[in-house]
Amino acid sequence: MTDNEHEIEQPESRVPKRVIGTPAPGTSMLGAQEARHDSDDEPGVILPDEVKARKAEKIVALCFMVTFAAAIAFLVFYVILPVDSLDNTALSNLALGGTLTLALLGLASGIVIWVRQLMPKYNLVQERHPMATDGETRGYVEETFLKGANESGFVKRKMLRRTLLLASAPLGLLPLVLLRDLDNNTPLPASKFHTTLRHTVWGTKTKEGKNLRLVVEGTGQPIRAADFNSPGGILSVVPEGYEHDLNALAKATLILIKFRPEEIKGGVNKNWTHDGIVAYSKICTHVGCPAALYEQTTHHILCPCHQSTFDAADGAKVIFGPAARPLPQLPIAVDEQGYLIAQGDFAVPPGPSYWERGDAEQLAREEGKSA
Amino acid sequence: MSRITARRRHPLARYAVLIFALAIFGVGYTTIAKFSRPAEATLATGQDPVAEGKNLFQAHCSSCHGLSAEGTSTGPTLIGVGAAAVDFQVSSGRMPAANPGAQAPRKPTAPWVTPEKIEALAAYVQSLGGGPTVPEEKWLDASLGSEAKGGELFRANCIQCHNWAGGGGALTQGKYAPALNAPSEKQIYEAMATGPQAMPVFNDSTITPEQKRDIIAYVKGVREQTDPGGFGLGRIGPVTEGLVAWIVGISVLALAAIWITAKKRQKP
Amino acid sequence: MSELKATPKAISGPSSFIDDRIGAGSFLKRNMRKIFPDHWSFLLGEIALYSFIILLLTGTFLTFWFQPSMGHVEYNGPYAPLQGVMMSEAYASALELSFEVRGGLLMRQMHHWAALLFVAGMMVHMLRVFFTGAYRKPRELNWVIGVLLLTLALAEGLTGYSLPDDLLSGAGLRITEGVAISLPLVGTYITFFLFGGEYPGVDVISRFYSLHILLIPGIILALVSAHMVLMWVQKHTQMPGKGRDNKNVVGAPFYPAFMLKAGAYFLFTFAVIAGLGTFAQINPIWIFGPYNPADISAGSQPDFYMGFLEGSLRLMVPWEINLGGTNTWGTLPLSVIIPALVPMGIIMTGLALYPFLEQWITGDRREHHIADRPRNNPHRTSIGMAAIAFYGVLWLLGANDELSWVFSISLNWTTYIGRVAVFVLPVIAYIVTYRICLGLQRSDAAIIGHGVESGVIKRLPHGEFIEIHTPPADDIEAHMRGKEAVPMVPVLVDSAGIPPKGMRGPIGKLRARMSRAYGGEKIPLDDGHGHDGHGDDHAAIGTGGDEKSITH
Repeated sequence: MTDNEHEIEQPESRVPKRVIGTPAPGTSMLGAQEARHDSDDEPGVILPDEVKARKAEKIVALCFMVTFAAAIAFLVFYVILPVDSLDNTALSNLALGGTLTLALLGLASGIVIWVRQLMPKYNLVQERHPMATDGETRGYVEETFLKGANESGFVKRKMLRRTLLLASAPLGLLPLVLLRDLDNNTPLPASKFHTTLRHTVWGTKTKEGKNLRLVVEGTGQPIRAADFNSPGGILSVVPEGYEHDLNALAKATLILIKFRPEEIKGGVNKNWTHDGIVAYSKICTHVGCPAALYEQTTHHILCPCHQSTFDAADGAKVIFGPAARPLPQLPIAVDEQGYLIAQGDFAVPPGPSYWERGDAEQLAREEGKSA
Repeated sequence: MSRITARRRHPLARYAVLIFALAIFGVGYTTIAKFSRPAEATLATGQDPVAEGKNLFQAHCSSCHGLSAEGTSTGPTLIGVGAAAVDFQVSSGRMPAANPGAQAPRKPTAPWVTPEKIEALAAYVQSLGGGPTVPEEKWLDASLGSEAKGGELFRANCIQCHNWAGGGGALTQGKYAPALNAPSEKQIYEAMATGPQAMPVFNDSTITPEQKRDIIAYVKGVREQTDPGGFGLGRIGPVTEGLVAWIVGISVLALAAIWITAKKRQKP
Repeated sequence: MSELKATPKAISGPSSFIDDRIGAGSFLKRNMRKIFPDHWSFLLGEIALYSFIILLLTGTFLTFWFQPSMGHVEYNGPYAPLQGVMMSEAYASALELSFEVRGGLLMRQMHHWAALLFVAGMMVHMLRVFFTGAYRKPRELNWVIGVLLLTLALAEGLTGYSLPDDLLSGAGLRITEGVAISLPLVGTYITFFLFGGEYPGVDVISRFYSLHILLIPGIILALVSAHMVLMWVQKHTQMPGKGRDNKNVVGAPFYPAFMLKAGAYFLFTFAVIAGLGTFAQINPIWIFGPYNPADISAGSQPDFYMGFLEGSLRLMVPWEINLGGTNTWGTLPLSVIIPALVPMGIIMTGLALYPFLEQWITGDRREHHIADRPRNNPHRTSIGMAAIAFYGVLWLLGANDELSWVFSISLNWTTYIGRVAVFVLPVIAYIVTYRICLGLQRSDAAIIGHGVESGVIKRLPHGEFIEIHTPPADDIEAHMRGKEAVPMVPVLVDSAGIPPKGMRGPIGKLRARMSRAYGGEKIPLDDGHGHDGHGDDHAAIGTGGDEKSITH
């Protein structure tokens, strides 16, 4: 098997002894070894040694029996193990998966030993041929192509050609046109899609014509300003009546923060706060993850997706990360019962930027709607 | 020639080295993944005079928080933080802090700390300016809470920092939200009520004691829950899954490929 | 035990039936003993192939229970912490599949693990092909198909992990939306058409579902078939070695040896995926909770193959331009567009064009069937390692919050380091790899020129000790001698000193310069022959030569 075999067959004294750091004779440092002798019938095919093969056959058979047993066990476990609780599911998964793995491993190992120990070693050579066909064939194909093209009259008959091209152009557009209603017949023309991004449900009123209350996400209870009185407190807040409207939440969710009055800096529009309570859009201005990791000591709001960091005490301006704009602040107030309500919608569109957004912050400033 | 050098050139040596390296990597990884979790401090209830608390305070806390808890440059004022904050910080070993910094880690409690002494300290700090008190037992009984309701609140307010499975996570500038597998029910409650360190406050009027109990029920439920799909891989999701796919999946399959194609060598 | 003398009826009957009708015999005659060269790295691509088959099998199982619907239902299954919680039908049915169907969790986990191994297998296969130059003529087409497959696999993964509608997949969907809407001019159109209105709408799951189970896998299946057919027709490349050249292929026949080996490897892949599905929990959606655009978890990550995009988004600096001022046009959120498109563009376009660029630079239009050893084309290997470094930094940074948390490094510092490393590390990787390649080439040249150390110390009459070198085994020598200088574009300046057409002008000059740098023989193999007394280093050369005559 090893090509250095001949060295070993030589007298001891002629062969240099191997010491530390040298490759053993026949150690494959790089790549494959050559066959030593070929079988009688076919060069490059070395038949296995029958004694070793018999031993190997037993191992292969053992592997296959493992597979048999494991597969049977799988069937049994499938029948007897229920999946009605977490612990039972865990047991079922372990039993079914374990037996399946064992069955597959047994089969795989058996086959590998079979190939390696029971089948001949091959070192066969096959010729390659250039991929390109010869000139004659190419010539024939070219001729035939030209002949066919001329027979078809496609080149000669201009009207045929031009009308066919003309006909196929709109036909190719059909599939694209068919996709037009993917927007589910939004009442707006496609060029006005972006206008819906400018508004959130905070701009709407309840049935009674009142501004929407801020309610706690997860419980839906309205928030009495007097109760939200611990500085350093936050709440994830959603609009009243839209607790389960995911489309509304995707734009209107808020992070409500209670500050000590002296902590609030110039970036915050104080007219939009109530007693040190500030509401920011929770939707990050980078790509729209809810930015909600709030540190009450540093007033950082961190977005866990891409780590944009906003200074909540200073109008949520960006102090780190890829977001380019501050989180929009929602104007809030309290109603006659002392519950927090929205004064109206955000002055600028919340969430990630898009082509039609424009410099909405500048626009809001020009219209006097901002700090 | 020593045995190891003789075997270094064995045809299987490189695979052995590969497996060894993988094993070391694996072991190293699991050590990193398995943070040592400090033992929980034992808790108890009872009453102790404010005076004892004052003495303890002046002995152990005043160097940072000032002689009458008015705060210094190295530690904030403790007036108004309440007994709950003291109980949380001291019972979790965060206070007394080893050194002043942005965040004191959870650690084994100091040797002098006993439940009675914590109570005394808490009573003293409570006497200074009120604040959240230590929760009643009934709000800490997870079996009375609703896991499902707690889960909704947990997802709305907690997982952004503490991770869906309470695994913890990084915050800005080296701060972090700790994992939730160590704190007791009482500590979880107190953390919500007092907002220790960078954590915001969820006071009892916005997240009611019942709702806090629901959250506790959820946290306890999830952390004690079986991982039905095998090893949980730290329950941190795709990062460890990707590592396992490469380190286990691709490596094992590469070894299988090597085995399948290896040339059989005849012994001379 | 007895040998088979005649084909058994059970096989000959159906065979004749088929041959009578489609004449399969001549195909089989040519192909049954088709030779496949043996090298372990040639099997890596099969990981992807077999993972794909397992994906089809497990995926079909999953479709029997999964409901691709965003309709709201209240959960009342066995998982207590979610009982009574409002969720989408998709999420509820994924929970049902996990907890109420026997073997359902196993199949779900195997599907997900197979998806990871599918992409990982493609990547290692691609790296093997790249570093050995196996993409060269005539295999450029198959390379391009491979790049397409990789791109489609990413899309397939994205549409797949969005389906369960859990909180983690929702975060991925939200980022997908944020990226799509940032595209200039068409952003809002694309998102409104994709989501059927505003995000998240009620359609995206079912739309992703048909993409995920029908359209994309259909295209993948077609391309995989084409990939296989081309490989079959062009015959596999082989490593350089004794008796191997560009005109032959040496190895084992398809029937029976390679067929069984491939079968065994399929079973191994299957077993590894089943083992992972059994012992390693993946995507525990019940812990994540149902999707709600208001919630997010710390440590939200995409699957590993999307990590590089996540990382580039995290690395970016805040940069947004309003071309139209306050008008309703012209907003360019570059902090989204650049990281989402540029690295992906560099990597995928670079991969697709590399065979053609290399051909242009080296002017080499010959067929290649002998794989290069990576060291023998040092610039290619270095470019590959630089690309890996670039990709690797982005990938790591995609998990910077977990790195920061596990290794207690400031989150902000991981970003700062990443911003520098993404430019610096590829350069370092390039230089280091280049030096290593040349070092390895030198070592090859030394072995060819001086032989290998025999370990036998010989004392010369004047007292000097030398170590006797023996020539390398001839298969090793043949393997090394498979080296070929990287071709260069011949720049034949005519008598007037004017370079040939195509090599003039700035582009032509650039091409000539790049060709000179990229091509050529850096370390000739046979440089060390027959010089005595070059220094201590060469003391044994003469002796090595002597030994050669003795041992052979």
